[in-house]
Amino acid sequence: MQQDFLINQLQEGNEKAFEKIYQLYSKSIFGVIFTILKDEELAEEVLQDVFLKVWEKAPTYEASKGRFFTWILNIARNASIDHLRSKTYKDLQKNVEDETFVDVIESRHQLTDSTEAIGLQKYIKLLEPLCRSIIDLLFFKGYTQQESAKVLEMPLGTLKTRNRMCIKKLRASIR
Amino acid sequence: MENIQEYLESGILELYVYGALPEAEREEVTRVLREYPELRQEVEQIEEALQELSGAAAPYDPQVVLISLKKKIRQRPERTPEFSKKKNISAILGWAASIILLIGLFMMYDANTELNERLTEMEQEQADLETQIVEAREDSEKTEQLLRALRSRNIEKIPLQGQDFAPEAYATAYWNKAQNITYIDAQDLPAPPPGMVYQVWSLKLDPLTPSSIGLLEDFEGNSKRIFIVDNTYDSEAFGITLEPAGGSETPTLEKLMVLGTVTTT
Repeated sequence: MQQDFLINQLQEGNEKAFEKIYQLYSKSIFGVIFTILKDEELAEEVLQDVFLKVWEKAPTYEASKGRFFTWILNIARNASIDHLRSKTYKDLQKNVEDETFVDVIESRHQLTDSTEAIGLQKYIKLLEPLCRSIIDLLFFKGYTQQESAKVLEMPLGTLKTRNRMCIKKLRASIR
Repeated sequence: MENIQEYLESGILELYVYGALPEAEREEVTRVLREYPELRQEVEQIEEALQELSGAAAPYDPQVVLISLKKKIRQRPERTPEFSKKKNISAILGWAASIILLIGLFMMYDANTELNERLTEMEQEQADLETQIVEAREDSEKTEQLLRALRSRNIEKIPLQGQDFAPEAYATAYWNKAQNITYIDAQDLPAPPPGMVYQVWSLKLDPLTPSSIGLLEDFEGNSKRIFIVDNTYDSEAFGITLEPAGGSETPTLEKLMVLGTVTTT
C-alpha cells in the first residue's frame, strides 16, 4: 500500500517520515542504481544524492502524476544516467552495455545465500530473454514505451501485453 | 468503466508503475485508479513485485547510508521549491531571485526553529530519563541499606499498636541498640493532616518519662514510609503522637496514635 500519510509528513519535512520512506524504498532503488552503474561505491553515492533530492523535492511530488515509488524511481534513473555519461564514469571503464539486471542479480547472489534471493534468482533464470529485455529497458533503464517498442522492434500493443505477462510470471515467482 | 478486466490485461498499469507512460495517459490512469480499488490493488502488487526484483539487484541493504544521509539533511534543512528552468525569465529574474531568497530565508528560519524546538524537546526527554535512572538507583540503594539494617542481628522489633485516638493505626519500631538507631516503619499510619506532623517518643515507664527522638518529616514524600531516628535512650516503650508542625516539647497524649513496649529479655 502506498503510504499516503507518510508521504504527507515527508512533504512537511518530518525527519521520522523520511527515515521510514528510506527504509521502504532504499533497497529497491539501490538495486536500480546499481544495475545501471555496476559500481558499488558510486551507486551508494548516487543513492545518497537521490534521497537527498527526495527530501528536498518531496513537496513537489503530486499523487496525480503517479506513484511515489515511480517518482523516486525517475529521480534515481536520471541521476544514474547522468553519472553514466560523466567523464569520471567513463574512466571506470565499466562494461555496461550488454549487461541486464539478470546478470547483476546472478552475479550478486553468487556471493550471498539469502533464500528469497535464491528463489527469485532461480526464477529469473527461467524468464525468457524477451522478458529480460523488456523489464530491463522499461523498469531498470527507464525507457518510455515508444522507445522500448522501437528498440525491441515490436508494436506498442504487443509490448504492453508481453510486458504484462512477464510481470505476471515474476509475481507468481515471488508469492 | 465497461470492462475492468480488459483494462487490467492491456498492460497499461505496469507501464504506469514504470513511469513509461506519456503525461496525458499517466494522468488518465491516476483518475481511473481513484475510482476502482481493484485496480489500485493491482498497481500495488505490481509495485511490490518490482521492488522485490530490483531489491534483489542491490549489492547490500543500504540501511547504513541513512546515518550519513540524516547528517546531510540536518546540514541543509532548507528546502527550496523547484522553479521551471526552461522559461525565459530574464525580465522577472530580479523579482524571482528576491522572492526565492525570501522564501528560502523564511524556510530556513522556520526549519531552524523547528529543529531547535525538537532538539530542546529531546534534551528535556533525555534529562528526564537520566533523573529517573538516578532516582531509581538511589531508591534501590536505600532499600538495600534498609534491608541490611533490618536483617542485622542486633535489631529488636517492637510492634506499635493503634490507640483510642486511632484504633486502626499500626507501626513498627526496629531498634538497633548498638548503633543508637531506631527505624520506624509507618506504612499503616494515615498521612498526617495539613499542619500536623508525627512525633516519635521514647518512653521510660516508671515514672512515665517521654523523650522526643524525632519527627516523621515529609511523610508523603517518603514512599516507603520508613524513617530513621536517633535513639540514645534506654527505651522501655515507643509511642507516636500527632503534633503541630515542628513538633512539641511534650507529647499530646490525646493524640497518641500508636504505642508499644519493649519486651526486655
